[in-house]
Amino acid sequence: MNLPFLLEIGTEEIPDWMIPPALESLQALFVEAVGGQYDASVDATPRRLVLRAANLPERQADEVKRVAGPAVNAPEKAVAGFARKQGVAPADLQQADGHYVFSKLIPGRTMRDILAGALPEVILKTSFPKTMYWAGKNGPRFIRPVRWIVALLGGEVVPFEMAGIESGNASAGHRQLGAPHVPVTIDTYESKLRDNGVILSAAARRAKIEDEIRAVRIKPDPALLDTLVYLTEYPTAIQGRFDPEFLKLPEEVLVTVMRHHQRYFSVEAPDGTLAPKFVAVMNTSADPDGLVRLGNERVLRARFNDARFFWETDQKRKLADRVPDLAHVTFQAKLGSYLEKTERMVALVKELHGDHAAIRAAQLSKCDLTTELVKEFTELQGIVGGLYACAQGDPKEVWQAIYDHYKPVSMDDSIPRNPAGELVSLADKLDTLRGCFSIGLIPTGSRDPFALRRAAQGMVKILVEGELRLPVRKLLGGDNKLEEFVLDRVRYYFKDIRGFKYDEVNAVLTSGWDDLVDVEERLIAIQAVRPTEDFEPLAASFKRIQNILKQAQFSGDGGQIDAALLEPGPESELYSAFQNVRRAVAEQAYRPALESIASLRPKVDLFFDKVLVNAPDAKIRQNRLTLLHTLLAEFSTIADFSEIVTNT
Amino acid sequence: MDSYQELIFKLKKYWSDRDCIIQEPYDLEVGAGTMCPETFLRVLGPKPYRVAYVQPSRRPADGRYGENPNRLYKHMQLQVLLKPSPNDVIEQYLGSLGAIGIDLRKHDIKFEEDNWESPTLGAWGVGWQVMLDGLEITQFTYFQQCGGIDLDLVPAELTYGLERLAAFLQVKDSIYDVEWGGGATYRDVRFNDELQFSVYNFEMADVPTLWKLFELHEGEAARLLKLYDPKSADKARFPLLPAYEHVLKCSHLFNTLDSRGAISVTERVAVIARVRKVAVGVAGAWMDQQSTGVEPPKAEAEAVR
Repeated sequence: MNLPFLLEIGTEEIPDWMIPPALESLQALFVEAVGGQYDASVDATPRRLVLRAANLPERQADEVKRVAGPAVNAPEKAVAGFARKQGVAPADLQQADGHYVFSKLIPGRTMRDILAGALPEVILKTSFPKTMYWAGKNGPRFIRPVRWIVALLGGEVVPFEMAGIESGNASAGHRQLGAPHVPVTIDTYESKLRDNGVILSAAARRAKIEDEIRAVRIKPDPALLDTLVYLTEYPTAIQGRFDPEFLKLPEEVLVTVMRHHQRYFSVEAPDGTLAPKFVAVMNTSADPDGLVRLGNERVLRARFNDARFFWETDQKRKLADRVPDLAHVTFQAKLGSYLEKTERMVALVKELHGDHAAIRAAQLSKCDLTTELVKEFTELQGIVGGLYACAQGDPKEVWQAIYDHYKPVSMDDSIPRNPAGELVSLADKLDTLRGCFSIGLIPTGSRDPFALRRAAQGMVKILVEGELRLPVRKLLGGDNKLEEFVLDRVRYYFKDIRGFKYDEVNAVLTSGWDDLVDVEERLIAIQAVRPTEDFEPLAASFKRIQNILKQAQFSGDGGQIDAALLEPGPESELYSAFQNVRRAVAEQAYRPALESIASLRPKVDLFFDKVLVNAPDAKIRQNRLTLLHTLLAEFSTIADFSEIVTNT
Repeated sequence: MDSYQELIFKLKKYWSDRDCIIQEPYDLEVGAGTMCPETFLRVLGPKPYRVAYVQPSRRPADGRYGENPNRLYKHMQLQVLLKPSPNDVIEQYLGSLGAIGIDLRKHDIKFEEDNWESPTLGAWGVGWQVMLDGLEITQFTYFQQCGGIDLDLVPAELTYGLERLAAFLQVKDSIYDVEWGGGATYRDVRFNDELQFSVYNFEMADVPTLWKLFELHEGEAARLLKLYDPKSADKARFPLLPAYEHVLKCSHLFNTLDSRGAISVTERVAVIARVRKVAVGVAGAWMDQQSTGVEPPKAEAEAVR
């Protein structure tokens, strides 16, 4: 017989962003503990992590375990002793492989016992990025205090104790909308919660919010929606307004205040500009007297007033006048101040042949770190500098470059919108990477306090998508560790972001990665030629050539092919085909060049079929190896075909 | 509608009814109620304790010459420390909001993750900022470590921002318009304070003098700590509380120097480490001193019996 199961871990409010990964971890731990999926599913609100399984077996199957005893010729006393230990008469023992054995029946444990034993550990092992203890120094650790546990298997409680809490059948409702003590059964669980102001399903909470904001033209914000889904047990959207006078402030500032500080959705007017409205999502069912709306409007007004004060105060000093102040802002203890960083960035931009706009943007790029607005809203660094530069009359190329120079902040983000911005962003990231590596601040595992991975990743994205043919390795200043680090990011970019096959990426990178735009072109060519019939077999042949050369310990030694030594037939034919292809390839773009190379396949096959590389005559052998080596070397500049994984 | 002082009376009464000692503010400059010995030292060790007090808290860098409606150089916190934290601590907290007239069925309350850390005190905890209709009204922290020491009993610390709460309850857009009591506004009572300390902290505080004071206080705390002898039979009378007052002075001087723009970011880390060193030193010695089990003398009547 199979039974349904319900586990609810009742806690104090769990940080929203930790909930989805915690549920994944909980589910995996549970499946491991019961030894099967059993339709286990998870859901959560900020105050409860819930796991349900539809059909757990009531008990495990019985198991017969064979216990080996003494040898058949052992003294009688030993045999009797073994039988006694197993609780049977010596006559009940069997013999196998020259030993006495006893077939012991181990009755399957009931699921209730298994769960009662395993659940405390399943709960406490659920992984969170940070945990706390609350019941004394050596007490259990969890993300926030656990306050109740519901554990039901069929109609019965699975009894266990954890962190001083006895499992039971009593849940708790919403803090304001429900009762503190809500007895449940598996069947009534979700509806009882609903009656007590809790929408258990995250999907249902999301749908409720989406429904309620559908009529309003909000700025789409999936990350904020995720936050609100896991910040509420009963979400309800309300609309508020603010004084249109504040619309004189830059939209970026207003949106940041609403989004990051107040968790409001911004609202757009029909023409796409910002409307003097916002949508807040409450964790309750209604705002009967409009008090919540009024309260939120007042908080927003205060926040906007602050922002306006900073905006006006900051404008009293131009960005350019703030450059010397950067001497007082440390970039990193050993790498000096932001003034020094700025100077290095300017030098780099010049080295990269940046124009006047790029140089000016680099000079001003970090000045906003001294403004009140950025001190208050650090996430607006760069953007604020750009806005001030714009307000202070700098040309578009300059202010946009400052505005964009932290981009891309993620792999989904776009690169800076103009060439000056691309260069300033590159110079910034390059300087950070070179500096940090030079003083040994190299990311390890998940520790990357200076976000160097993101910097390197952003650099790669800008070079490729900005089509900047710059010598990457030279830019990295000959630091081997840094080259390896960046190569890793290059690989990640083309493989995981762009979706090229890993062996194609390896093949192309092995042939060089100094120019990432060129790397991309070679990859696109390989990807296009790969499905043609000759390509993979040729790649297999190249691998074979490489093995032959390796076995012969032949590394070319600068010898030339002596046409006179070539045997007529397959060997000569391969040679002349090779010469033709070589001429063609020299003038062709990557894709037709690869097609030309692939066309060699029948000649190569025939060569291997009919010709013995390892000829008895040393001169002929040498000449053949030279032919193969030349072939391989000539045609490996686009990609190292031996890296291509083939089925042949 | 309650005045500012009525609000304070009600909160004190509420926590007094829940077995808290109602302390008076500490008479030194502190940046937060957490720094008072009533929290910093009481959270250490295995002895339960419950206390609530209003603590004027000074943050020189937050001064705005009395011009900003929401920011103050010196704001007041109602600090509640419940050690160990009771299981229904959140319910008790929500009850306190009811006690000051907030009908939670008509408002929106959210607990948003906000962990607290004080590098200067070697202290940290996890918790929330409590949001009431989008306004942060309380900082709620489960202490985990203090003075670099893992805590035996985990205390809950509730820190109410009193000015904000009063402005919310009185529906005032500016803290300065809050009615304090006796017909006076917050402005009447506190404006000069805000203006003059802003001028001092931002414009006139003499940096070399402040550094000199910092070093004197740091030196005195360090000197005392060196003299503390864990093996001494007399150690219960050793003046660790005065040593801690010098630590508090250092902390406040650091904040003033900071607001004066006298501490570069590089120096900052080093100065924080200096304050931390004496703070951690006091915490460690205090733990040792408390473990002697010497209790304060009983009241005379009791002693006679």
